[in-house]
Amino acid sequence: MSTSSPAADTTLSAEAIAARKPARFALAGKSIVTPILLVLILLAIAIATTMIGSKPFNQVIIDVFVRVILVVGLYVFIGNSGVMSFGQIGFTCLGAYVAAWLTINPIMKKMSLPGLPSFIMQAKMDYWQAAIVATIFAGVAALIFGRILMRLSGIAASIATFAMLAMINTIYSNWDSVTGATSSVVGIPIVRSIWPAIVVFVAWLHSISRAGLALRAARDEPTAAAASGIDIPRERLIAFTVSGAIMGLGGALTAHSIGVVTPDNFYLSLTFVTLSMLVVGGMGSLTGSVLGVVILSALIQGLRFLEAGVPVGETVLALPKGLQEIALGIIMIIILALRPAGLFGNRELTLTRNRSE
Amino acid sequence: MLQIVFDALSLGSLYALGALGIALIFGVMRLVNFAHGDVIAFSIFALLWPSTDAMAIVFAGNLPWYLLVPFVLAVGAGLSVLCEIVVFRRFRNTNPATMMIASFALGFVIRYFLLMLYSSRPKSISLLPELSQPVEILGARLPLLQLITIIATIAILLGLVVFLRRTRFGLEMRAAAENFSMARMLGVRANRVIMGAFALSGALAGAIALIFGIQTGTADIQMGAAVMLMAFISTVIGGLGSLAGAVLAGFLLGAASVVMQVILPVDARPFRDAFVYGAVILVLLFRPQGLIAARGTKERI
Repeated sequence: MSTSSPAADTTLSAEAIAARKPARFALAGKSIVTPILLVLILLAIAIATTMIGSKPFNQVIIDVFVRVILVVGLYVFIGNSGVMSFGQIGFTCLGAYVAAWLTINPIMKKMSLPGLPSFIMQAKMDYWQAAIVATIFAGVAALIFGRILMRLSGIAASIATFAMLAMINTIYSNWDSVTGATSSVVGIPIVRSIWPAIVVFVAWLHSISRAGLALRAARDEPTAAAASGIDIPRERLIAFTVSGAIMGLGGALTAHSIGVVTPDNFYLSLTFVTLSMLVVGGMGSLTGSVLGVVILSALIQGLRFLEAGVPVGETVLALPKGLQEIALGIIMIIILALRPAGLFGNRELTLTRNRSE
Repeated sequence: MLQIVFDALSLGSLYALGALGIALIFGVMRLVNFAHGDVIAFSIFALLWPSTDAMAIVFAGNLPWYLLVPFVLAVGAGLSVLCEIVVFRRFRNTNPATMMIASFALGFVIRYFLLMLYSSRPKSISLLPELSQPVEILGARLPLLQLITIIATIAILLGLVVFLRRTRFGLEMRAAAENFSMARMLGVRANRVIMGAFALSGALAGAIALIFGIQTGTADIQMGAAVMLMAFISTVIGGLGSLAGAVLAGFLLGAASVVMQVILPVDARPFRDAFVYGAVILVLLFRPQGLIAARGTKERI
């Protein structure tokens, strides 16, 4: 994961392996600019808001960062495999509850969630430990579900993943001794911006890995890819698992950022919001997924600002209530009509694009 | 026992009608129309025009039934065609994911438009209350409405079959569903067929809205979404693009929900939906192309 070594390794592996193989880290070297730039953009946003420093605005930024994690998680599977999944938010739900179980004060847990097994009941972890456990838990769940679902493709896979989401939602909404069915409070509302940075790099690493490249080949030319020996279900399963783990992390951080989890937080509306951000940004591009979140969030925030009212001279100009959502929907439709592949399409943000192509 | 059969049939009818509405559009455009549920909600709220009060049924709600029914159907069809002209026309030939998100965004716009006018509280409407009275058939007491729902659905289905098989327009639509570009080359007018499909689908949405409105006695913005999800699932299980499959799967799904409600142990009943969705996954694993695979959707190399 270190970024300094590629240059040294490039020469070594190029000598060791036959000449027809490209240098091992050539791709990494070429594309590393993208995640770095993206992280810098996120960092710039974070710094800008701490400078302004108003509290509600910071909450907004935390939300944006959590959304970045979720949408990048979606990108890892949907963007690379081309299979629309409605189910990833289910792993967010799993992650959020794991975080809640592990960080709530044991005394409170005994009252609100009496059905928990005793080792979870006694647990009191720091938020970052809980987040890691949540990530692993969601990843394992994704591996299990994916093992079954990744045999499907196309719209059948989309519906099957949706059915999975609905199953998770139904179970968590009704299993009240363990999930509280309604609401449960967690303590730690601090999320550091380092998490989205890590996630962006993980997504980038996956996308240039053997599995990621094979998966994208299968997305663009399934027949040719299968003929070249790519095991499509296996590559999809890898992406599904990585994506599930990222979604779980996102869920844990969502829980920590708002302090309350209910199953319906992680259901259809979040699914569609995050999917919209992904598609508007550009499904096939990491840049698109990150900047899609930033752009749409900025838009939502701007519309909210207008809805609250802008003083112009003596009168306060305000949009009528509800117009914010309508405007958002219309703007999304316009963006998609003008750029059907999303704002960034399949392209990534690099320094060299304009000069070389 | 008979009660269960009728429950299953009437729930299945709703799903089947919804699934048909989605399958019709998918057939000609490869669009999974997420706005369909909001068209349903819009149609029912049309009964409250032009008032936005909680109780009042000012205009359309007082019409006699033989005007009321066509009115709601026309509203559904009109809105649906409007969606096509304003939005979906611009998305032909884009990839399915983009279309899907566009339709979702459109549904979002319709939903919040309704919310802005009527607020999120469900409105009580008493629509044709005489239909809620029970009737006795073969020893089972059924609400008259359930019977009418089933009969109306069967009538709609038969009408649709006749329309698709016996009229020129139906023929064109079936041809377009099977191979759209080929149909166009043979002189089928794309716009007309697509608008026809949207109109039919919207009218079906109006029918669902009517049944739902009478059944629950409320107009709720959320109500479209619930039917829509099940309808969407039935469309896929039935085989996307296959109308017969959509109807069959709709009835199967309705039956599965009702039967599971009865046979599951009491402790497991709250989790009924989880079992239904589990069954959906199973069906998809064994028949990913759907129960009745449509000819036009087979993958070609």
